[in-house]
Amino acid sequence: MDFRFTDEQGMLAETATAFLAEVSDSAATRRAMTMPEGFDQSVWQRVVEEMGWQGILVPEAQDGLDLGFVELVVVLEKMGERLHVSPLYASAVSTVLLRRLPASDARDDALAALASGAVVSLAHSAVKPDWGVGGVAIHAQCDDQDWLLNGECRFIPVGQSAAHLLLAARLDQGDIGIFLVDPATEGLQISPLPTMDQTRSMASATLTDVRLSASMCLSQDAGEALTATLDIARILVAADQTGGAQACLDSSVAYVMERVQFGRQIASYQAIKHKAADMMVKVESARSLLYYAACMADEWLLGQADSAALAEAAAMVSASASDAYFFCAGTGIQLHGGVGITEEYDIQLFFKRARSTESYMGSPAEQRERVAASLLDGD
Amino acid sequence: MQLRFTAEDERFREQVATWLSENLSGEFAPIRFRGGPGDEHHFVEERKAWEQRLAAGGWTCIGWPEAWGGRGATIEQQVIFNEEYARAGGPGRVGHIGETLTGPTLLAFGSESQKQRYLPGILEGKELWCQGYSEPGAGSDLAAVRTRAEFDEASQRWRLNGQKVWTSLAHESQYVFVIARTDPSERSHKGLGFFLVAMDQPGVTVRPIPQLTGTAEFNEVFFDDAECGPDDIVGTPGDGWKVAMGLLGFERGVSTLGQQMLFQTELDEIVRIAKANGAAQDPTLRQRIAEAHIGLRTLRYNSLRMLSGTDDGSLGREAMIYKLYWSSWHRNLGKLAMDVLGPDAELLEAAPYELNKLQSLFLFTRADTIYGGTNQIQRNIIAERALGMPREPRGDLK
Repeated sequence: MDFRFTDEQGMLAETATAFLAEVSDSAATRRAMTMPEGFDQSVWQRVVEEMGWQGILVPEAQDGLDLGFVELVVVLEKMGERLHVSPLYASAVSTVLLRRLPASDARDDALAALASGAVVSLAHSAVKPDWGVGGVAIHAQCDDQDWLLNGECRFIPVGQSAAHLLLAARLDQGDIGIFLVDPATEGLQISPLPTMDQTRSMASATLTDVRLSASMCLSQDAGEALTATLDIARILVAADQTGGAQACLDSSVAYVMERVQFGRQIASYQAIKHKAADMMVKVESARSLLYYAACMADEWLLGQADSAALAEAAAMVSASASDAYFFCAGTGIQLHGGVGITEEYDIQLFFKRARSTESYMGSPAEQRERVAASLLDGD
Repeated sequence: MQLRFTAEDERFREQVATWLSENLSGEFAPIRFRGGPGDEHHFVEERKAWEQRLAAGGWTCIGWPEAWGGRGATIEQQVIFNEEYARAGGPGRVGHIGETLTGPTLLAFGSESQKQRYLPGILEGKELWCQGYSEPGAGSDLAAVRTRAEFDEASQRWRLNGQKVWTSLAHESQYVFVIARTDPSERSHKGLGFFLVAMDQPGVTVRPIPQLTGTAEFNEVFFDDAECGPDDIVGTPGDGWKVAMGLLGFERGVSTLGQQMLFQTELDEIVRIAKANGAAQDPTLRQRIAEAHIGLRTLRYNSLRMLSGTDDGSLGREAMIYKLYWSSWHRNLGKLAMDVLGPDAELLEAAPYELNKLQSLFLFTRADTIYGGTNQIQRNIIAERALGMPREPRGDLK
């Protein structure tokens, strides 16, 4: 038992901190979040070439780094700290799903594309209020040798700039199929979704008689793989949330140490100190669950843990990190006083990202209900 | 990062579990899951006998060096022992103050003769210790102790006068360690001494403090010309604060997983009742039960981080939040238990005032957020030591 970073993981965290400090300051975030692509291509190119983070989960056979979830979570946490605008999350989720699908040339080509920095986004659901398999609202029918797809999908991360979409669709028998789709395919309309949080760009897709060849169907029985992938996605979002919550704490403490009222630093008031202490308790608690969940995800990927253990870890860390982030961002605005609600200070951007990530992939209340169901329902 | 224990550690776990299942039976079966905070006054004689059974098996003081009779157990092994002990329902240890506080203090700061005099009694489970820290005027502000220790040249002995409070198991203990003022001209953490004092003497009086539970596990201890020998001071006069603070760092959380195992037993009981009485269908209670489950798991991974330590041996942030987190969690669990029970929560086991376990939990957990540093003091510590915010100013009221 050693619940600490290895030397290599510690070095990765340091490298990520230094690199992101260089490429992702406040001005860079504000530039990237208004770009039509949903992120800054030139910065992503540097990530791909200098850091190689897009390959963290890609197997060596497809030229990836073949590392684990602890490494990925380290990077995403640091990105969250700097409000970094990046397609890394989208591509990592797609990598996980692809690894759980049966090997095929199309699948391996997609993994190789991910390793070289191509953006691949998962489009699965969220037309109905269900982020899981039950929310898949695209229908796929066999038509001669081809598939015909119809329906809609929302909240596709950086969907407008993806080189490929991994599309989840319900098949006639009710099973879940996964399709690899070129965004230029006729009948597929992808539109950016204007959102309150502008740092995590989202798109929607409408499919009208989209015709795909049989080889683009990567699996016709992907329900379990998709469910587990969505739990992985929750853990990856929690990494961003934990980093964001930490940044809210740090910037708020820095501010109250500077601000003087009644002839003293406002950081010397116990009312302020205790708020900051409560923020730290939530950040550290979320972080403990986050690294547990990352270890669980590694075990799951290696077949050493089942999907129920993964689901429990994901639900717990999602609820905890969502609550921590929103609490720290909200309290952060309060501790910043008047400047907290100005456009100029970044705390408002964290606040918006805390809100968007809180409801993405299921609210904290929904995650707790999943935990409750496993404890209380059945014998 | 590795969450699993090694195969060797798992074999050690097996060994502990086997010994406990073989020995925590027969005459000792009734004391399973008894004792500990809130239940400290129950089965004391049986639990004293149990200490000696543990000692005979070599299961007391396992973290002590082999030279002093311990096993030199690693942090992992100590964690595993505590976890298995709690899983097996091992009773609250009447010897825990000696084993986890007095012993490590003497090993770190004690003289050779102090070690030889006091360590064997602790190891053998025959001499029990209690803790003389808090005073009526020195609670959160521990350094404000007023109990005085004066060296009497005529008798060549230390004489102690004053009062300690919140002393668990005082009436069962043979010894108490006491922080007392050796330099009356000092008021703060300077000028203190750390003394080893026998309880069985005319100058020591123990008076129980009845609590909201109707029971009394804490005591007041009065010192009226109580005595100890010239060699019964640890370190020198003036070292008391250093010794006392060193002592607080010794445990490093090895008992936390065992504590959590007991918490799990309590939560399991609440879940069982909720399923039986329909509370499990209430959406609000479902949220709170899930929150309790998540909180307990959070405690576990906080502990594992804490036990893994920091590279430079300093106290990590996860260690600084631990007390605040567990005490708040446990207090909320007590309230959750009552809300799950509903109106039946009021019904006593028996007149005049016999509480059931969950009622004791509910009432006694109100102490959790007070003893060992209140939640408010914990927040000060976090803000000042972890976040570097300004320290609270001292007042000058006497």
